[in-house]
Amino acid sequence: MRVAWSGLFTWLEATNDMNKMMSNKWIITAYMMPALLLLGAIVYVPIFLTAYYGLHKWNGIQAMEFLGLANYKTLLGDRAFWSSAYHSLLLAVFSCLSLIGYLIISLVLASRIKGAQLLRKIYLIPMLLSSVAIAQLWLKIYHPSNGLLNVFLERLGFADTPAWLAEPSLVLGAIFVPILWQYAGFYILIYYAALKGVPKEVEEAATIDGASAWQMAWRIKVPLISEVLKVTVVLAAVGSLKYFDLIYVMTNGGPNGASEVMASYMYRIAFKSFDFGYASAVSFFLLLICLIVTWLIRRATASDDKIQYS
Amino acid sequence: MNSLSVKATAGKTILYFVLGVIALLQLFPIYWLLTFSLKNNQQIFGANPVAFPMQPRWENYGKVWSAGHIDTYFINSVWITVVATLLTLTIASFATYAITRMRWKGSKLALGAIMLAMMIPVHSTLIPLYSMFNNAFLIDHPLSLLMSYTAFNLPITVLIMLGFYYAIPREIEEAAIMDGSSVQRLVLTIIFPMTGTVVATTGIINMIYNWNEFIFVNTFISSNEWKTLTVGVQNFIGQYATDWGAIGATLMISILPILLAFVFLSNQIVEGLAAGSVKG
Repeated sequence: MRVAWSGLFTWLEATNDMNKMMSNKWIITAYMMPALLLLGAIVYVPIFLTAYYGLHKWNGIQAMEFLGLANYKTLLGDRAFWSSAYHSLLLAVFSCLSLIGYLIISLVLASRIKGAQLLRKIYLIPMLLSSVAIAQLWLKIYHPSNGLLNVFLERLGFADTPAWLAEPSLVLGAIFVPILWQYAGFYILIYYAALKGVPKEVEEAATIDGASAWQMAWRIKVPLISEVLKVTVVLAAVGSLKYFDLIYVMTNGGPNGASEVMASYMYRIAFKSFDFGYASAVSFFLLLICLIVTWLIRRATASDDKIQYS
Repeated sequence: MNSLSVKATAGKTILYFVLGVIALLQLFPIYWLLTFSLKNNQQIFGANPVAFPMQPRWENYGKVWSAGHIDTYFINSVWITVVATLLTLTIASFATYAITRMRWKGSKLALGAIMLAMMIPVHSTLIPLYSMFNNAFLIDHPLSLLMSYTAFNLPITVLIMLGFYYAIPREIEEAAIMDGSSVQRLVLTIIFPMTGTVVATTGIINMIYNWNEFIFVNTFISSNEWKTLTVGVQNFIGQYATDWGAIGATLMISILPILLAFVFLSNQIVEGLAAGSVKG
């Protein structure tokens, strides 16, 4: 008995010790500081500086000159910017629509398909490559005379094959194809994992009730993974709004601004024209748009039922 | 066999066919890149542009490796990727431990600040970062890349680590403390060695992001000495625009490490990408 009691006391003492040790301010500070300092310096301070620079006339070298909201006024009337914003919006809409196709493929993959694991891994490969490599590869595919696409079309008998990336009416569509190609595996991976998380019992009950495969998919499985669908809509929309690398390499916004997007427009003003003040206004605006779109989509898709399997 | 099961089999066959075609579409551009990296222009523009060459011109690889700084870019990509990944993993591990296992006011707030950073577009920080690095004489210096990569990969890394750290049983810590261990020793000798799987998952995701990063290198680095493969390849192709074999070889060199990592670590990659996206 005495042994047991002393054991309890040591245990209590230890828990007490542990609570004290686990709230040691020095250790917590030491563990958190690197992360918080780095994020502060590289992410948060720059956000405020961007907002601040946006109120100035500045070329990055000479002294800043305060302008107030003049840059934002210019922005509102800047046709080149709104044209780039329109292209970004188009990409965002296309990207969200393509999610439907990815979802259908995932529904098929998750319905007792042999080799689904291997297939979804194969689909994922383009997602792992750098945008520069993808852009350079697709530049070759789209090459007007020697590209894979036009050579193939010519063999099929088409005579006037277009220069896909030099045609203002075609260029955005042509750029969207590699985007579709790159991200397919990523979204299929997410949907597949979510669909596999739907409990077997739900499926069995629906089968007993006589639900067809189609009903099972759209009436039961898709609603059950709606939380994941919302996340992917935000990812696709916001991801498209800040799309940059691929377009910068493939067309650099050309021909004549036909494939310019917000990020490439901002980059051109900042690092080609060295108008840091105006470019900061544009990039702060880009930040606001991304945050607002995230918030709007979350609001629009907010639901009452909280039953989720994902 | 009745007509219903014939129909079902036919349906399944069509599904497999469609899924197979998609797989082929995903792989074919990469296969084509491989073929033209091993040809000269006559062969690439010849009768069969998609055939694998009878006599592969491996010399394309040797040629671009030493010419046009590709070797320097490759080495830069390797060490910058590795160092930035190690930094991120270390900083994220300590922060995740403090957030999930230690008791302090403000831990929720700190976590919120880390997670919120995930929503900030890189482009909105670019001009101030450029001017800050310029003032600190870090433009055209690899430290600018290491700091940016580490900072922007921290949130996703912490996010994936959180779940793992929350699941560690209290008893493990209690036992160590009862044995007279300090928190420091507990974390370094007991907790961190337990986190191997989540470190592998986050590590490979970090490596892929860092290896493929473009806009920071393109903005902060101007001399060939410090460029990484993404920007280096881009410059190289600008100079050798007409030699498709050379272009193909440089692109293959730049994606080969990723493809190799995928062959050996596809499960970790799949897990990392899924975990990082959905929980957000």
